[in-house]
Amino acid sequence: MDKFGSPEFLFLLQGLKWTVLLTIISFIGGGIIGLAIALARVSPVKIVQRIAAAYIALFQGTPLLMQLFVIYYGLALMSFNIDAWVAVSIAYTAHASAFLGDIWRGTIQSLPKGQIEASNALALGYVSRMRDIVLPQALKISLPATIGFAVQLTKGTSLAAIVGFVELARAGQIVSNLIFQPLLVFGIVGIIYFFLCWPMSILGSHLERKLSLGN
Amino acid sequence: MDSFRLWLHGHGNGEAVFPLSLQEISLSKLDFSIVIERWADLLHGVLFTLALSATGIFFALVIGVVGVAMRRSGSRLVQVPVIMFVELIRNTPFLVQIFFLFFALPLIGIRLGPTVTAIIALAINGGAYSIEIIRGGVDSIPRGQVEAGAALGMSRRQIFSDIILIPALRSIYPALTSQFILLTLTSSVCSSISASELTHFAQRIESETFRSFEVYFTITGLYLLISWLIMAALSALGNRHFSYPNQ
Repeated sequence: MDKFGSPEFLFLLQGLKWTVLLTIISFIGGGIIGLAIALARVSPVKIVQRIAAAYIALFQGTPLLMQLFVIYYGLALMSFNIDAWVAVSIAYTAHASAFLGDIWRGTIQSLPKGQIEASNALALGYVSRMRDIVLPQALKISLPATIGFAVQLTKGTSLAAIVGFVELARAGQIVSNLIFQPLLVFGIVGIIYFFLCWPMSILGSHLERKLSLGN
Repeated sequence: MDSFRLWLHGHGNGEAVFPLSLQEISLSKLDFSIVIERWADLLHGVLFTLALSATGIFFALVIGVVGVAMRRSGSRLVQVPVIMFVELIRNTPFLVQIFFLFFALPLIGIRLGPTVTAIIALAINGGAYSIEIIRGGVDSIPRGQVEAGAALGMSRRQIFSDIILIPALRSIYPALTSQFILLTLTSSVCSSISASELTHFAQRIESETFRSFEVYFTITGLYLLISWLIMAALSALGNRHFSYPNQ
């Protein structure tokens, strides 16, 4: 039986690095694809709208763990010889794109109709209307929800532990198996997650209060 | 140490199984017959998941209501622990929470099976979110209504249930519904302590057959069905009991 010392703590921090990296990659990737999903979801073309809606419903109606399993094994099945790390990133990116797409869809639709009518009256094209009028406003309103999802995503990356990817939660399992002090180790892992997520939560609720005051 | 040994050696989803199944399956060998053969196991898994989630949801609601009542009490000493509980649970992953409980409960002398531990974990997690949602609804009730109730001579309990809680539940019903569907989907994580539910059953079939993709693809569809089922049931319930009288 070993004690929990600095090597163990450093190992957890190594895991933390992968948690943060995985979150950032899937948030950025999910953000880019999510923007496309949101735009597709509010597109005037019915079939495009439906496909985007189905994509969102699929990810919102199934467990993240299953999304991870299906994408992970699915990629292997298609004989893509890729790293576990890449497979996991793809899975989280797809997950994030559906949720961010739905959040932004909601805020785009919440904008007053007059904004779009005004931009039509000014003869703005689709690109200019979206880029200059709709998206800047919609993204600003969506900030609290977007940050809230970033917290969810950070916590969600812990499930990568179940497919064997060594991030913070998995690092915790490994250390716990080595030193036989599960309570101490998972307590510390929990505290690290807390201090990763809590500032984001505070920022989110702060922005929410600021926005609701503005209205 | 029993729980620890189980944990150490895993339950079929360990790394030893994983790379093997990755290499062995290729697209040409896609075979769903295993899944069809084991349909009875999967059906059991669905029923267990429904039971696990329903119990978790019930206790999450209890925690939610009690938590909001505590949050609204005049005493800081009662409020602060609730605030800390909510923040702690909402900012840590469910996986870490369930592991912590799984090891913590035996240490304080409480020996429960993995399934009961899973229910407790789901109730605690869902409870923290419920407190926040219900509090939002309760805060939206104008103070004048509470004062009117007091003026009519209603008791504190009557005011809380008839003037605050029921109308608040109406306005937050949609948010609670999606939170409880999320709780049901989250219950799949309980497989990591081998609680009896759908994902755990699937992992058992997978470890016997190595048909990872087929098995998980199928139960993903089952989860989709489950969440539609719960959504339909909860919205029917909501239309009956929690819709606005004038709508």
